[in-house]
Amino acid sequence: MARARHETRIAWLKANLFSSWGNTALTLISLAIISIVVVRFLDWALFSAVFSGDDGAACNKPGAGACWPFIAHKFGLFMYGRYPDAERWRINLTYALALAGLVPLMLPHVPGKLWLSIYLVIVFPVVGFVLVTGGIFWLPHVATELWGGLFLTLVVASVGIAASFPIGILLALGRRSALPIVRWVSIGFIEFVRGVPLVTVLFMASVMLPLFLPPEVTFDKLLRALIGVALFSAAYLAEVIRGGLQAIPRGQYEAADALGLSYAQKMGLIVLPQALKLVIPGIVNSFIALFKDTSLVLIIGLFDLLGIVQQSISADPKWFSPQTAATGYVFAGFIFWIFCFSMSRYSAFLERRLASDRR
Amino acid sequence: MSLDWLYDRKTRGLIFQIALLIGVAAFFVEIGLNTAANLRAQNIATGFGFLDRPAGFDISQTLIPYSSNSTYGRVFWVGLTNTLLVAAIGIALATILGFIIGLARLSSNWLVARLATVYVEIVRNIPLLLQLLAWYFTLLISLPSPQADVRLLGVGVSDRGVYLPAPVWQPGLGAVLVALLAGIAGAAGIGVWARRKRLATGEQVPAFWYGLAAVIAPPLLVFLALGAPLSFELPKLGRFNLEGGIVLLPELMALLLALTLYTAAFIAEIVRSGIEAVPRGQKEAAAALGLRPWQVQRLVVIPQALRVVIPPLTNQYLNLTKNSSLAVAIGYPDLVSVFAGTVLNQTNQAVEVILITMGVYLGISLLTALAMNWFNARMALVER
Repeated sequence: MARARHETRIAWLKANLFSSWGNTALTLISLAIISIVVVRFLDWALFSAVFSGDDGAACNKPGAGACWPFIAHKFGLFMYGRYPDAERWRINLTYALALAGLVPLMLPHVPGKLWLSIYLVIVFPVVGFVLVTGGIFWLPHVATELWGGLFLTLVVASVGIAASFPIGILLALGRRSALPIVRWVSIGFIEFVRGVPLVTVLFMASVMLPLFLPPEVTFDKLLRALIGVALFSAAYLAEVIRGGLQAIPRGQYEAADALGLSYAQKMGLIVLPQALKLVIPGIVNSFIALFKDTSLVLIIGLFDLLGIVQQSISADPKWFSPQTAATGYVFAGFIFWIFCFSMSRYSAFLERRLASDRR
Repeated sequence: MSLDWLYDRKTRGLIFQIALLIGVAAFFVEIGLNTAANLRAQNIATGFGFLDRPAGFDISQTLIPYSSNSTYGRVFWVGLTNTLLVAAIGIALATILGFIIGLARLSSNWLVARLATVYVEIVRNIPLLLQLLAWYFTLLISLPSPQADVRLLGVGVSDRGVYLPAPVWQPGLGAVLVALLAGIAGAAGIGVWARRKRLATGEQVPAFWYGLAAVIAPPLLVFLALGAPLSFELPKLGRFNLEGGIVLLPELMALLLALTLYTAAFIAEIVRSGIEAVPRGQKEAAAALGLRPWQVQRLVVIPQALRVVIPPLTNQYLNLTKNSSLAVAIGYPDLVSVFAGTVLNQTNQAVEVILITMGVYLGISLLTALAMNWFNARMALVER
């Protein structure tokens, strides 16, 4: 029995790694790449790394690897920005409230999805907004200039996607509308936004938005960035939702018309519920793209996770060492990667489940 | 009076559309009036007159003649050509790398396929801006200082850039260029002839090799006949810096590295899904007809995969072009960096500058979309 298993393993190796000379060469080259990269990375991150110290001097020795104390000392800054220490529990509580709604919503067989959605769409935003901004009850106000780090990244990405959702639905419906002017306005907006880089949209939001408004109206810098991000994301989301609308069989539209439903009833009760369910994986993918794109807000002077890491690397002489920057980038990259990778796995899982549902 | 007209679908649609039109118009009028008032209050000039005023700053990389006496309009063209340069090189490199990785993901070699998967999953899940900053930093610390005077085979390397030998135009080189153009025309002719012959008689002609010979041989012969009229300007060590030759700025290299590696991961996925989308039966049928494995790939699989691959591939090319605007974060002088950045700060004419910048990207996107539609229509006609 053991011998048989041994033989199948050898057969597997032969078939998959050493089937020909060319194949063997590829295997050896791959092994070489893997060993060099893995060994060098492990050496840098663990064996030669510095694990303790109070400033950059501890990491400033020849041959030293990663400067982990830099991360340890700045961890709070990277997670919450300059949000006051004493008030950080408010952010943590907001995270907990979000997870309490999100986790059961994301698991397939938990009942009460409708109530969870209502909680997430109506109750949570209000409670979360009050918690993190403060200024009423006994909660001290925390100005948005102090927000930063991963917290700001999550705020921009989730407010961006939440605000862009209704706009995206309207644009998608508009693009498929029978009314020509509605259709052209929607197409114009969608193609305009999709045709320009996010950087220029952010520039526009930060430089031109104040010019567009009457002088007495002033906007917070964060709010300006959020408007830019939401409009940008809405155009992309509209295209995702349009894909779902197109996938709904014609018969569904015709049946709704035959029942005498109004346009709003037809879309709201028949078409959209089915279409949105179909495009959940696409929406998750848009969220991943938006989550990565939030790093661009550093260009207009907001300190998201990447922005605050970049600032700590370049503007903090106390932690100056040859490995500080690399350590910071690897850390930030790892955090972004965890979020994006797990979301993309979740989206793939949903896609498989949808495929089996429809079979 | 009857109110039936209120319940008529057409009338309702008309009323709704008129209301929308008025709303959109009112929106633009409102922001237009506000902007005009704000600009007056802040004493900012309007109009495009600033394009003719001298810019007064230097740009580190200019593909067209430029000095600090040049106009803001000239800055625009410098930025645009720099953007197009990055986009063109980036697209070429990302396509090559993307195809290699995409094919590697489908490799029968287990290890190669896994390695490609790991690459794709790591690279596309980390923000491009982070990768760009990290590459820029890595380049700056790993390249030697100019004083180290690292030069090899006429190529100088320093943290101010990589200096390549620059070809110097000499009399007679024009004839070589003419010969090259003639060779290309000849190759195209050979292609048409080979195709006609194949359709008429079924005979295969090695048109590719004939064409290659037609492109290479004439210019080479003319070049040698004229006694090799070409010299190179080699980089040499100046007072503070390497000097001379063609300079590849570290910013340009970092931008190319980041854009290429990032976009290649997405292209790899497109290539993989395109090839997987070709039904198995097609390959089996081709093999049953007696085609060799490479013929199966070239004549049956790839043409069908391309039809699936090209639309999303174009999307990635547009993404790469738009993403090149991240240059502003590391100071590569692209359109956004020098025009929407420096010019905007100097002139304060945000409305005009941002509109021009957006217009350029929009124009590129629309032109590409038009080309795509034409291409798709052509591809669809091939279907039988």
